[in-house]
Amino acid sequence: MRAFPLEIVLESVANGLLTGAVYGLVALGLTLVYGVLHIINFAHGALLTLAMYAAWVAWSAFGLDPYLAILPLVPIFFALGYAVQRFVIGPASRGDDSNILLVTLGLSIVVENAMLAVFRSDTLSVQVPYAMEVIEVGPMLLSFPRVIGFGVAFVVAAVLFVILTLTDTGRAIRAVAKERTGAALVGIDVNHVYAVTFGIGAACLAVAACLLLPSFYVNPRVGNAFVLVAFTIVVLGGMGSVPGALLGGLVIGVVESLSGLYFGDSLGQLGIFVIFILVLLFRPTGLFGAKA
Amino acid sequence: MTAKDLLPIAIFAILAALLPVFVTAGTWLNFAVFTLILCLAAQGWNILGGYGGQYSFGHAAFFGTGAYVAAILQTRLGINPYPGFLAGIAAAAVIGWIIGFLSFRSGLRGSYFALVTLAFAEVFRVLANAAEFTGGAAGLLIKLDVRPENFQFASRGVFFWVALGLVTVVLVITRALERSRLGAQLVAVRENEDAARALGVDVFRVKLSAITLSAGITGAAGALYAQYFLYLDSSIAYGTWISVEALLAPIIGGAGTVFGPVIGGIILHSLSEFTKSLVGRIPGVDLVIFGVLLILVVRFPPRDIPGVIRAWRKR
Repeated sequence: MRAFPLEIVLESVANGLLTGAVYGLVALGLTLVYGVLHIINFAHGALLTLAMYAAWVAWSAFGLDPYLAILPLVPIFFALGYAVQRFVIGPASRGDDSNILLVTLGLSIVVENAMLAVFRSDTLSVQVPYAMEVIEVGPMLLSFPRVIGFGVAFVVAAVLFVILTLTDTGRAIRAVAKERTGAALVGIDVNHVYAVTFGIGAACLAVAACLLLPSFYVNPRVGNAFVLVAFTIVVLGGMGSVPGALLGGLVIGVVESLSGLYFGDSLGQLGIFVIFILVLLFRPTGLFGAKA
Repeated sequence: MTAKDLLPIAIFAILAALLPVFVTAGTWLNFAVFTLILCLAAQGWNILGGYGGQYSFGHAAFFGTGAYVAAILQTRLGINPYPGFLAGIAAAAVIGWIIGFLSFRSGLRGSYFALVTLAFAEVFRVLANAAEFTGGAAGLLIKLDVRPENFQFASRGVFFWVALGLVTVVLVITRALERSRLGAQLVAVRENEDAARALGVDVFRVKLSAITLSAGITGAAGALYAQYFLYLDSSIAYGTWISVEALLAPIIGGAGTVFGPVIGGIILHSLSEFTKSLVGRIPGVDLVIFGVLLILVVRFPPRDIPGVIRAWRKR
């Protein structure tokens, strides 16, 4: 293993934290859906790919800056997520775990390959003036889009927290997550709450997609790179735990960045998978101790 | 197992074996061989997923291991392809045993098992892409040397018979499993794991046997793929495509039935060829249809196409 000067290691950690916050945002949607619906949504990565293409189209066809594209894309993806849960996943699941597994797998296959058919396998990216800008923090140079991503990810998490704790919808979501039958008995429309939760998860993805696009690229398989990362974060942070997802995101961001620094980019991904397998095998309730 | 159990398998094998007599066009035989390789991989998935109810999303780990071991033994070490083929099967079975041991020991079920198998397959893919002895990103080319004793045949028809032979052997194995004690215990685990355990079934051992057998069969499909196409890279051998197709074929054709994976494999590949002839070479369209088919099949029970036909005829 090579020794690097301290500044480079620090910079790598900082960049890892910045990327990790956006990973956390991706994982937030996944963990919320898991916590409330108790389903593992395999289509999460494909929905992220779809959102990234949507942001790319907004930029290339309408000249919309990816950050501004957040405004129209959030309601669109909320509606999309709502509809997918209400009309596809919900009816197909019939309360069977393996059905949900297969339906969300089917969804991801459809979305991913529809993108492949429409946009082909070329890698696309947006050209924005600030893509290469850096911000100097002490000895470190931080990429501007990543700093923005970091900030917005925390804002979104805060907004989500407020929605969940202070609004009626949020209370209903938490009630359904804790005790579905009880919630139904006091008059909460459980299927509606499920669909709203799924919609919020998809809206988180829309934000994450817009944050990623300026410093990243999009191709039909890009979601795959994120979905295992997101699953890793979710199991690491404890299934269904919102703060766990953010914290897990930061940890995974740093791990990826450091293993990329020491082992090269292709093996860098390996660190994440190995952590994922180890956590699943030995600590499936997550490192931060949320109950399974 | 009685003669009556084996009769449908014999009829299938004899009818299918006649195919190369009537069809001599290279593209069609190519299609048929590729379909049989997929059927074989799917038959492997069916043992664990169909009979055992343990849905793996990472059968690429076994397919790829079978393929790479068979290919590496002959290209790097000059070992004859026939023992190399068997070694590929054995290696895949060992990998299956290890993954099974780790995940079943930790009590992973349902979605968690699916996730961990997916992650294992990805680890193998990244490793095979980075390592030197696998040819890295450039892939691995098996030298063209067409001699029967070298497991390479001048006629595609011969290869078709080899593939058909393997599929038939696995049909018999699956039927035998169905009639065996292990098969009954496996189905019991699928239906209700806790009840099976309460009745004294050694759940861990049963699942472990199933994944080992399952991995070996899918590994055979991988080794056969390497031997037929003579080229491998990490995204072919350990790619998600094979995990998905190995799962889709039995689900669509009837999971937990002897002929399910074969029926599903034929449906899938015919559909994919048909769409290609319809829309031309637009990538992804056939997979969109697979995905829609998967959603529909799960949405409207009974969950597989033979079941849909049965239900329709009863009306």
